[in-house]
Amino acid sequence: MSRSSHGAGAAHQVVTGHPMSRRGLLRTAAIGAGAVTLPSLLAACGEGPGGGGNSITLGSNASDPVPKKAYQKVFDAYEKKSKKTVKVSTKDHNDFQENINRYLQGSPDDVFMWFAGYRMQFFAKKRLLTDISDIWKGFKGFSPALKEQSTGEDGKQYFVPLYYYPWAVFHRKSFFTEKGYEPAANWDDFIALAKKMKKDGTPVAFCDKDGWPAMGTFDYINMRLNGYEFHKALMAGEEAWTSSKVKGVFDLWGELMPYYQDGALGRTWQEAAQGLHKKETAMAVFGMPLPGQQFPEADRDDIDFFPFPEISPEHGQDAVEAPIDGFLLSKRPKNEPGAKDLMKFLATPRAEEVYLAADPTNIACNDGADTAKYSTLQKKAVDLVSGAKQISQFLDRDTRPDFASTVMIPALQTFIKNPKDVDGLVNDIERQKKSIFAAE
Amino acid sequence: MPQKAEPAPKRRRMRRFTRRDVAVLGVLLGIPVLIDIAIVWGPTVASIGLSFTSWDGIGDIKGVGGRNYEDLATGYPAFWPAVRHNLLWLAFLAFVATPFGLLLAVIIDRGVRFSRFYQSTLYMPVVLSLAIVGFIAQLVLSRDNGALNAVLANHDNPVDWLGDSDINLWMVLIFAGWRHVGYVMILYLAGLKSVDPTLKEAAAIDGANARQTFFRVVFPTLRPVNVIVGVITVIEALRAFDIVYVINKGRNGLELLSVLITDNIIGEASRIGFGSAIAVVLLTVSLGFIVTYLVQELRGEKGR
Repeated sequence: MSRSSHGAGAAHQVVTGHPMSRRGLLRTAAIGAGAVTLPSLLAACGEGPGGGGNSITLGSNASDPVPKKAYQKVFDAYEKKSKKTVKVSTKDHNDFQENINRYLQGSPDDVFMWFAGYRMQFFAKKRLLTDISDIWKGFKGFSPALKEQSTGEDGKQYFVPLYYYPWAVFHRKSFFTEKGYEPAANWDDFIALAKKMKKDGTPVAFCDKDGWPAMGTFDYINMRLNGYEFHKALMAGEEAWTSSKVKGVFDLWGELMPYYQDGALGRTWQEAAQGLHKKETAMAVFGMPLPGQQFPEADRDDIDFFPFPEISPEHGQDAVEAPIDGFLLSKRPKNEPGAKDLMKFLATPRAEEVYLAADPTNIACNDGADTAKYSTLQKKAVDLVSGAKQISQFLDRDTRPDFASTVMIPALQTFIKNPKDVDGLVNDIERQKKSIFAAE
Repeated sequence: MPQKAEPAPKRRRMRRFTRRDVAVLGVLLGIPVLIDIAIVWGPTVASIGLSFTSWDGIGDIKGVGGRNYEDLATGYPAFWPAVRHNLLWLAFLAFVATPFGLLLAVIIDRGVRFSRFYQSTLYMPVVLSLAIVGFIAQLVLSRDNGALNAVLANHDNPVDWLGDSDINLWMVLIFAGWRHVGYVMILYLAGLKSVDPTLKEAAAIDGANARQTFFRVVFPTLRPVNVIVGVITVIEALRAFDIVYVINKGRNGLELLSVLITDNIIGEASRIGFGSAIAVVLLTVSLGFIVTYLVQELRGEKGR
């Protein structure tokens, strides 16, 4: 808000000297400012009381058609069972995320969709959420790792997980058979495999134009080399980025760099996934929905993956990166008993089954959910995450949002551009980290 | 306008306003002034104030003195590139795109064949928003699927037009310039049409050649257009945002001050204090141009 009105101000000032356009500009500026403030005011009015009694309000970020429909089925099932109404207001996924601060401080819906991990704990710490430990006690079928991801820094539970999707090394089954490639179990094999792929003219797919896809690889190398606890501490700002442990991550990553396809910084994840489908590249570190959404229906069964290889025997393949999506209860909900009742339902295997029947690119969090209808890929994903000793979210979900977006995205892009200057890079990150985490 | 106001008529003139005049004037002046203060100067002053604080948009606002500015100058790798890119943007528009637009206007004004066709073709991109231009740039310049690489047919080692930070800014500038040229051309074309042909005839009679006629006679009479074009060029350069944001969120060689402000203030990041500090830097840069411009205008007014 401050930026846009300021921007209008700057533009206005440049032109005020010209008497002809002054009034027109003022008018434009007024309309512009109105356009900026009005929707939020309207939204604030619109979100007035309406809850209470038998209706629960729910803020949704599921704006894509497939998830939107899937969630609607879940809420329909709840309404049918409880005879209560769920009033869903869906906002564009990115807008919802960008406006989350203002949304939570205004008059948010009773229940809203969000992510697990630090990204939830951040708001819990700011007292913008309601603790749901009382109902969490009754939840069944969630692993300790999931419970940890639903817990705030104060040890209380805030989050109801619904589904997640693992990150791993994805490839085409048929292409691996055709070329005789074998999944790599450790780092040396992995590098050897990558080298062979590059030699064959089908390198490892890589993309980071969007800024976030490379984070998956960083997280995995870090967790395989230094362990999950270090990942958590590093993301929480407690460990120094200049330590030899972090430099080790970048050094290992540097070994892989020559075998990537060129031009990663100009490639979107969609293009990278399409390249994988067209057999221009041989494998990629991806999250499950990435190839899932870009492969045509007929070739989806050809998608396969193997877990990210072991680097240090101490940490093996313990951690799995598997971002979790689910629900939170806002502070001072208008209908707290109703909202909690809804959340209890959302924590059941039934809710997850209804959801996944309509959106099969993810897997259910609850162990009780029926997996009979899962595809081979989904079943394999379940094995991967249920065998995990720890579950990490993703770099941008495990740390402060400002650190992830304004520091880590440019830093990783700098590394991809110039993998040689690791010292300069980690010094830059550390300096910015200190100033951002000092803001607490 | 009298050059000097004499003391006596001043009071008389005051009396000439009836109460109704005063009310009308008060409303007509007061409302714009209030709006101006509320939506221009208010936020500006607020930004300056916030730039000395640390605030995440939720909790308390804490004063941190000049730390934001210190971090900006020493610990924010994107800051100096952004300043450089903004200045480069300005230089490119001012010294390449704008003169080129003027050249096209002169050529079309002389009446080449199909001038209407050229005119509309060149003006077409102006109606597109820069965000759309950004999408077009991606369709043309994408490394794997772009039209340009398909035409060049260099499959072994295609150029990464938008991903290579050494060239992507120039590519974006070409697209931004593509739009700017048409804009400048149409403004100058209108200006040239209004130049009195007798001036050119007089110059020709005095023995001036075409070049002299243009630079010594026609161009100076275009002064009002020059002013508008100058202002537009500066505004376009400082507010550049949408095209790079569409292409890669203004990262990796496409950093701009406007993007850094957005990244820090809007969105989940909410480093409102830090972002405000960048906004103040942009304001200072803008003020530099505004002051120069105003000084020149006021001087020009006196000279006329």
